[in-house]
Amino acid sequence: MYKIDPNNITELSNKIRKNILDLSFYAGASSSHFGGALSSVEIIATLFGKIMDFNKNNFQKKNRDRFILSKGHGCMVYYSILNILGIISDEQLKSFEKDDSDLPGHPVKNLNLGIDFTTGSLGMGLSLGVGVALAIKKNNNNNRVFVLVGDGECNEGSIWEAALCAPNLGLNNLTVIIDNNNFQQTGSNDEIMSTKDLKKKWLSFNWKTSTVDGHNIEEIFNILKNKDEKLPQAVICNTVKGKGFSFSENNNDWHHSVLTKSFYEKALNELNKK
Amino acid sequence: MIINDRNIKVWSTIGARATFGIAALELGKEIDNLMVLTCDVSTSAGLDRFRKTYPEKYLDLGIAEQNMIGVATGLASENFNVITTTFAPFQTMRCCEQIKVNLGYMGQKICMVGIASGLALGTLGFTHCCIEDVGILRSIPGITIISPADSLETVKALEKAVKSESPSYIRLTGSSNNPIVYKEDYDFEIGKSITLKQGKDITIFGTGSMVYQSLEAAKILEGKKISTTVVNMHTIKPIDKIAIDKACSSKLIVTVEEHNVIGGLGSAIAEYKSSLKNSPEQLFIGIQDTYSKSGSYKFLREKHRLTAEKIVEDIFKKLKT
Repeated sequence: MYKIDPNNITELSNKIRKNILDLSFYAGASSSHFGGALSSVEIIATLFGKIMDFNKNNFQKKNRDRFILSKGHGCMVYYSILNILGIISDEQLKSFEKDDSDLPGHPVKNLNLGIDFTTGSLGMGLSLGVGVALAIKKNNNNNRVFVLVGDGECNEGSIWEAALCAPNLGLNNLTVIIDNNNFQQTGSNDEIMSTKDLKKKWLSFNWKTSTVDGHNIEEIFNILKNKDEKLPQAVICNTVKGKGFSFSENNNDWHHSVLTKSFYEKALNELNKK
Repeated sequence: MIINDRNIKVWSTIGARATFGIAALELGKEIDNLMVLTCDVSTSAGLDRFRKTYPEKYLDLGIAEQNMIGVATGLASENFNVITTTFAPFQTMRCCEQIKVNLGYMGQKICMVGIASGLALGTLGFTHCCIEDVGILRSIPGITIISPADSLETVKALEKAVKSESPSYIRLTGSSNNPIVYKEDYDFEIGKSITLKQGKDITIFGTGSMVYQSLEAAKILEGKKISTTVVNMHTIKPIDKIAIDKACSSKLIVTVEEHNVIGGLGSAIAEYKSSLKNSPEQLFIGIQDTYSKSGSYKFLREKHRLTAEKIVEDIFKKLKT
């Protein structure tokens, strides 16, 4: 089993990208959400590799940090890290999007696989995070809760209900990470429904808010390593949809697409050169 | 809960909503990990005393029902025993997809209480009435739906639902001065209907506020030589199939509900009944798939033919055809 080196998150990111390629290839003609998984790779690698207390030995125990993938369509990045952690097996990965699988195209709660919540209908995960963070505080525990949302997902009103709620409850153990890749399903945010200045919005909802380069591991780590004394934290990660492969970067055709053998090999080739 | 004559009368006078608040207060004493979540309706839901007595078990999410269901799910996933409550339309429809994903698909156990369902808030118009909740929730797999017949049954249903392992919805109908169906304590089991009166000609299945009206209708029918069975179908999902099997020896099955005739108790019974080889006709009494002008609870029940007298008239009309 691969042992994660917290000092080499770049290597972990490459391994996640390799898994995403495999998963996307396993999905075959049923397509997979390629671009939005790749934009989250460094966020997930830094979180699970360097920030969160979450591993094969404690993922079913109370005393662990929690992660909620609110942008459930990005599940390939989630399944990938759970595989690297040794929680999802290589065989299970091969069942991705297959008949009767535990790993469909949006995560389904499966405590044996480290998946705490069913997600995929956008806008619901942050409220779950509020509930979990509140429960942890009520139980006088110090664990943290991380929720990954998409920038397109911030179109949903329910995100803002939760955004209003968390600071009112003083949930400084809650962090929302916004994968700000500037695209949603059928176009750029500006074309479909611009969220304009997300930082101003989260600040005005009274979150401790920062913006970082969502592919810069050091920046992500430095902003996530500490929680605020009082406020929940919002971290806007500026990312590139489809990050890592020449054909998919900033190309929204890869939002949900079929990874053919030739693209798979091309991508592997590019990855191996890193 | 102490169940005695005095309490039964008091609960009836204050109605199901305020009785729910009293029952929650009692559960707060007993259940350490209980959490009651509301959306700015503590007074309407009779929860002001609960809020003062157990501030650590009470959480007001403001007017944001989608967030309430999500927060409830997060808490429940960490082993809190959660009740959510607000007015029935907002408890069931504003956050319908959160209910589907979190309680249905994910199967997270939460007990939802929809207050003032049916026509009770008629003066406020049909934004606040709720004639659709059962139909909508019945189509989501895995959610138990209970519609208590009176205030005492509200107490008993809440306790059972909170202590069960299944996600549930308790639909509170009626207003203050809620007629008493049960004058003394009795056994209440989720999914097991209760025959309140035995007859041999027709069977009326009532639910919620309509159980009392069904009993009153049966009295009038008896005077007109129609021997009537009245069944309190307090649980609409899962439906009590055995009770429906038994009713098939009647010459007519009547369903009475303060709900649209599409999707509610009548539909649930008809769905099962249609699989039986020999079953009688069914008369659906309820709101006939329409919205109406607003008005008092009494006015609207008359208008939608949900009084004992109108029920009798409709049964006679059916029997003559």
